[in-house]
This record gives sequence, C-alpha cells and structure tokens, in this order.
Amino acid sequence: MQIPMADDYTFFRHRRRDQYVINMMRRILLRIIQLIFILLILSFLVFLLMYLAPGDAAEKRLMSQGVAVTKEMLTAERERMGLLRPFFVRYGEWLFGVLRGDFGLSVKDDLPVAPKLLAGLKNTTALAGGSLLLTLLFAFPAGILSAVRQGGIPDHILRILSFAGNSMPNFLLSILLMYAFCVRIRLFPIIAEGGIEGLVLPSLSLAIPMASRFIRQIRAEILTELSAEYVRGMRARGVKERYILFGNVLRNASGHILTTIGLQVGTLMGGSVVVESIFRWPGIGKLVMDSITARDYPVIMGFVLVMGTIYVVINLLTDIAYRVLDPRTSTHA
Amino acid sequence: MKKIRSPRQKKKILKIRMAAAALAAMILVLTAVFAEAFAPNDPYKTSAALIRTAPCREFLFGTDNLGRCVFSRVLVGARTTISATVFLVAVSFLIGTIVGMLGGYFGGILDEVMMRIADVMLAFPQMVVAIAVAGILGGGLAGAMIALGITMWTGFARLARSHTLSIRNEPYIEAARLCGVSPVEILGRHILPNILAPVLTSALTQIGTTMIGISGLSFLGLGVVPPQAEWGSMISEARAYIQIAPWAVLFPALATILTIVVFNYLGDAVMEYREL
Repeated sequence: MQIPMADDYTFFRHRRRDQYVINMMRRILLRIIQLIFILLILSFLVFLLMYLAPGDAAEKRLMSQGVAVTKEMLTAERERMGLLRPFFVRYGEWLFGVLRGDFGLSVKDDLPVAPKLLAGLKNTTALAGGSLLLTLLFAFPAGILSAVRQGGIPDHILRILSFAGNSMPNFLLSILLMYAFCVRIRLFPIIAEGGIEGLVLPSLSLAIPMASRFIRQIRAEILTELSAEYVRGMRARGVKERYILFGNVLRNASGHILTTIGLQVGTLMGGSVVVESIFRWPGIGKLVMDSITARDYPVIMGFVLVMGTIYVVINLLTDIAYRVLDPRTSTHA
Repeated sequence: MKKIRSPRQKKKILKIRMAAAALAAMILVLTAVFAEAFAPNDPYKTSAALIRTAPCREFLFGTDNLGRCVFSRVLVGARTTISATVFLVAVSFLIGTIVGMLGGYFGGILDEVMMRIADVMLAFPQMVVAIAVAGILGGGLAGAMIALGITMWTGFARLARSHTLSIRNEPYIEAARLCGVSPVEILGRHILPNILAPVLTSALTQIGTTMIGISGLSFLGLGVVPPQAEWGSMISEARAYIQIAPWAVLFPALATILTIVVFNYLGDAVMEYREL
C-alpha cells in the first residue's frame, strides 16, 4: 500500500474544507428554493381562503355606502371589482400585484393596502424589538444564574416565576398590567398612541411570557453543557470557572438558544395582535383586528402573507446561523 | 450545597407531584362537567337591579355589567374552555397519530405527501394562521378550534412518525409480518402501544398552550359567541368597566391562570418522569 506524502494530506484537508463550504452553500440554496415554494403555497392558500370566505365583497361595499342595493347595481359592482373573472386569473393578478408591492385596495376606504401594512409593520417591529430586548436582557442573566447555582434559592424562585409566566396568557397579563399601572397607580397612559412611554406596558406584556420560556431553555441548555466531559476536563486542569462558562459553555449552548429565538418570533407575532388591540398600539396586529371586524379581506390577506414571509425568512436565517455556529449539523445531515 | 438524591428518590418525588397534579386536574374537569349543579345562580339570568354588585354572600364573585352571577359564569365557563381544549387536543392527537403511524410504517409516496403537508403547515406562525382563519370563518367556537387544529396535528404526526420509524424494523414486528398478520393489526396491536406513551405525553403538555390559544381567540372575539360563558370572552367584556367592577375581570382571570398552571404542571411532571 502506498503511503500518502505530507503534501497529499494538506491537499485532502483543503479539499475537505472546500467541500464543506460547497455543501453548506448547496444546502442554503436548497432551503431558499424550498422557501419560495412554501411562500407560493401560502399565497395560494390565503387566496383560496378569501375566495371561499362567506360574504360578498361587492355587497358589503354597497351596503357600507348606505344605499339600497339592487341586483343590477350588485352585478355592476362585481364587474367593476373584477369578481366575475375565473379564480386562477384573479389569483395570478393578485400574486403579480403582490410581487410588485401592490396588495390591492382596502375595501373599507379604497386606499392601497401596502402603505397601511408598512406603517403597521413599523410600529409592530418597534414593539417586537422592545420586547425581545427586554426578554434577552432579563433571561440571559437569569438563566445563567439559575443553571450555575442549580438548586439554590435564586434558582427556585426563578423556576417558579418562569413557570408562572409560561402559564400566563398575554391578554391576561396585558389587562392585569394595565389595571395595576394605569388604573391603580397612574404611571402610564391607558392608550398607547405612539411614543416610548406607551411602548413600555405592551412590550412588558409580550416579554414576560417569552422571558419565562427563555429562562427555562437557557437553563436547560447550560446544564446539559455543564455536564459534558470537556467541562470536567477543564476543571481538572484548573481552568477558571468564569472562563469555562463564558468561553466555552455559553458558546456551545448558543446554537440551540438562537433556534429558540427564531421559533419565538411566531409566538411574538400572534401575541402582538392581542397586545396591540388591547393597548391600541397602531401596529399591524391592531390593523388586522380592525380589518377582521370590517371584513376587509385584502388587508387580512396582506397581513398573513407579510407575517408568513417574515417568519419563514427569520427561520431560514436562524437555521443558517445555527449551521455556521455548529458545523456538526451540516456534516451529519 | 445541592442535595443529592438517588434516582429512586427522585422518581418517588415525581410520582407524588404527578399524582397531586393529576388530582387537581381531575377536580377541575369534574367541576367543569358538573358546573350546573355547583352553580348557585343561573349564569345567564340578567338583572337590572343587581348590576355590578361587589362580591357578597349571594354572589361570591360579584356580578357583571348585566347583573349576571360571575361565580356561576366562571363555573359554566370552565366547561366551555376545558371541553373545547380537551376535544381539540384529542382530535389533533388522533389525526396526528394515525397519519404519523401510516406514514412511518408504509413510507413511500404517502409518507412523502403527508410530511410535506405537515412541513408547509409548520412553516407558518400558528397564531397568525389561527387569527386569519378564525377571522374569515367568522367567529364561533368551531371556527376557532378548526383554526388552531389546522397546525396542531402536525406536531403529533411528526412525533408518531419518528417513533414508528424507530421500531418498524424490530424483530417482533418482522416476526408478526412474516406470520402474515395484517398491517392494520400490526399497527394497532404492536406499534400503537409502543409509541403511545411519548405522543400522549406531548398531548398532555399541549393542553395548557391550547387553552391559552382558545381563550386568546375568544378574547379577541374570534371564538365563543356571547352570551355563552367562556373565560376569555368574559374577561374581554368586563375589561371595559374594570375600574368600577374589577372582580368581573379578576375571577375569570384567576380561573384561567389556575387551570393553565395545573395542566402545565401535570404535563411537566409527566414529561420529567418519563425522561428520568
């Protein structure tokens, strides 16, 4: 058998790394193609749902104008709104419109839907960002403390608190916070019409249940990591505990924690609808609730599509980041 | 210093926790079933004279804006919330388990199609889909349940599938297959009992989340139609006059939290016990 020369080794090693990068790229590309398909399916389902929805948009429109509806008027209105054409033509037109950033006109006031969604999205992003920030600021120290001093008094208190927070629907939390801070102690305004101080209570309502979930997750991840062989080895070699924790354990646990953040985005979106409509925060969630009441289908369609897209993209990004942080996942799968 | 317990001691503690949680859950379910017998007043009877009475002997939790007894409404509301949740989880569990088992056992195109459907369902944020679907279906408890169920079965399907995959080539299954046992019987008698425990545990942990979902949708006005008593919608109605009659919000809120805590605790205890 021929023994490979030293040069061959380096050759193989480089090739392996190249192969790794290529594999990763291929996987990411595959995921992006998959994502496009998923979004196409989503758009189709959304359109189908609206198509099958009870109630006739043309009738609704005429009724809202307060005139007595005759059959001829109804047909004319349907013709004008393009409701008489075949399903797939309408779907195609809607889809191409969406791709160009045109989500159609709101049934309620004939204004284009896209700017409405955009304005709402801006406010919702502020709310979501605020609550995510609060969550991370609180959950990281708490989770680490809980794990490092496992079984201690802070650990017990944090575990009870996070369990309670996890069992608390956010609409309840919002109302209780509102009652405590707006009715009892008049610290914040009840209606959050923009502004930073209006943002505090809504973000808190979203952050508390989320932080509870994070504390549990971070605690569990760090505990698993702390029981690994290498930690024992480092301790035996007298490496400082602080270095073990921040240099190795946290780094290794970060992949899973990141995935949790990605998955929480979905919960955050649902929660923001509830919280926004309670605090009257002018975000996309309040917009969609108002539109549901008014049966304003184009806005609801836009909402689902926009939220679905954001969710899918964020999950793709966390997936990529996870692979970069933990290269084992791409060589295995 | 942290206490060191042997696995056996741990198991014993967990068993006690499980029993306590199961007992509490049983009490809640029984209360919900026999709500009408416990209710001191008619939960739907309105009275102009008794509007927003503070809690007293006759009305333990006070009355709401229409003079209805909050205590009776909380009791009857328990039935709406708990039965809707349990029913939804049970149906999702059933569909998910069957789909997952079929896919895992037979594989092939059936498996491929079902798992891709599950992938698509899983790709969207659950509550967003639920709000849109419930909003379009136009309220009603059934609409809310369909809206949540659309995405829920996929979790069970994936779990059942992966467990089925891990045991489908075990010798006893091979043996049964070689003996000419029909696939239906293999699935029902050999695979199902072996995958039931993990999937059932997962179902148990889903109860709390589902309850939050259903009462959340009701709160938004997308679930239960008034005047039917349900905690989420009661809270939603009463929050308009929370300054005058905080009890009309507080007691349904406490009931919701208590119920979710009990079911979450039960789910956690069972899961920890199984992991030990």
